[in-house]
Amino acid sequence: MYSEKVMDHFQNPRNAGELENANGVGTVGNAKCGDIMRIYFDIDDDQIIKDVRFKTFGCGAAVATSSMATELVKGKTIYEALEVTNKAVMEALDGLPPVKVHCSLLAEEAIHAALWDYAEKKGIVIEGLEKPKNDIHEEEEEEEY
Amino acid sequence: MKKLIYLDNAATTQVSKEVVDEMLPYFTEEYGNASSVYEFGSKNKGAIEKAREVIGKALGSKANEIYFTAGGSESDNWAIKATADAYKEKGNHIITSKIEHHAVLHTCEYLEEQGFEVTYLDVDENGIIKLEELKKAIRPTTILISIMFANNEIGTIEPMKEIGELANQNNILFHTDAVQAFGQVPINVDEYHIDMLSASAHKLNGPKGIGFLYIRTGVKIRSYVHGGAQERKRRAGTENVPGIVGMSKAVEIAVSTIEERAKKETELRDYLINRVLKEVPYTRLNGHRTKRLPNNVNFSFQFVEGESLLIMLDMEGICGSSGSACTSGSLDPSHVLLAIGLPHEIAHGSLRLSLSEQTSKEDIDFVIETIKKIVEKLRNMSPLYEDYIKNNN
Repeated sequence: MYSEKVMDHFQNPRNAGELENANGVGTVGNAKCGDIMRIYFDIDDDQIIKDVRFKTFGCGAAVATSSMATELVKGKTIYEALEVTNKAVMEALDGLPPVKVHCSLLAEEAIHAALWDYAEKKGIVIEGLEKPKNDIHEEEEEEEY
Repeated sequence: MKKLIYLDNAATTQVSKEVVDEMLPYFTEEYGNASSVYEFGSKNKGAIEKAREVIGKALGSKANEIYFTAGGSESDNWAIKATADAYKEKGNHIITSKIEHHAVLHTCEYLEEQGFEVTYLDVDENGIIKLEELKKAIRPTTILISIMFANNEIGTIEPMKEIGELANQNNILFHTDAVQAFGQVPINVDEYHIDMLSASAHKLNGPKGIGFLYIRTGVKIRSYVHGGAQERKRRAGTENVPGIVGMSKAVEIAVSTIEERAKKETELRDYLINRVLKEVPYTRLNGHRTKRLPNNVNFSFQFVEGESLLIMLDMEGICGSSGSACTSGSLDPSHVLLAIGLPHEIAHGSLRLSLSEQTSKEDIDFVIETIKKIVEKLRNMSPLYEDYIKNNN
């Protein structure tokens, strides 16, 4: 079902865990749907993502996309990180089964949510960054279940 | 190669050697069509009728009340759709439960589109239907009650006798999906007032693609597959002789070993349940503690998602299943786990392990140690666990 790369990132997730000194944290997804991703950024004064960690509650694809997303943004500037799309994450993983594409979207949104949190804390505006809609708390209010 | 620990016997089972031996001649030697005139084919009728006897005896029914089908789903479809059709003059109301197999639920939903009314009974936190609710649900127009004998996910055994008596007193037909229970627990159709019963061979070490529907004499039921005169004109199609013979052998073995298997499996089941509940924190058992199939275990591990758990178990050679949404291809977790009142996030973290006669204590010890490691690893990666620990310290 999964590519070797997905299995590798699931079995040996990169950057899994928590970042104590994070200055940007984003959580997206919904426990009801079975997917929650949290990304922690440590962004330096030059707006470079010095360090990154993630925690994910979800399926194999959710863990693998989180892991790959953290690899793709580590060492990048916040604007470069903003360019990391779900497609890029999927391609880097040699693809995902169609039912798991939403996991890669969640990874993209988790990056955006963490950048949004950083921007809010710093009181800056990151051009091109929209407020992430898949915020866990907003989702809960919808109550469509 | 790594040892395979197969704990998904509720999904399907290994066909036993004796069953295969019994079937083999009917592929290459005794391949004649049972409906033919010549001896070479017609003698296969004898094999079919012998199988009917064996299965009838297992249920305490007459042989001619057993109708062979392609499996549990077909039997469920037939029982429900054909009853609805045959009794629509009497009424248009059917009672079932929220935890039925999809073969029953989706058939009932289909009938709703055709103008029938269906009551889906709630279950309690252990998955047992509420008899008071059943009583209240009965209407003058109720033609059928369809309640499963035992649940396929959580293993809970329903109060068959009470349901059967209620149906009988109210002159309503009683169908049960016994796909999981048949061969695991003793069933007598008269004792439980069962009018129709669905079962499948591959759940009891028989072949796939063969099952049966028991239909009590006197029940009006329409032909489901139209065509030839097989199965007393009620289910056309050339008989699957190897399958029928294989199922018969599987039933024979299952019935003769039922007590010792149940004893052995129940002991191992309870050992697994007790150790996991004790040694893995934030874990619950789904389904009734004692009124459950001897081989069924179903846990929910909080803060953990089921598919991840299954993949990691698979890497250790352990086969199980989960009610998580990710394993079903939809956004919602198992309807059974939601019906017993589990919140979505806990339902996503479920794991069903179904044992067999071959399962050993060493297997179970290995499984327990593996579960402990995997659950800890996944929790360390889970934002839900992180939040829980922070909020409770």
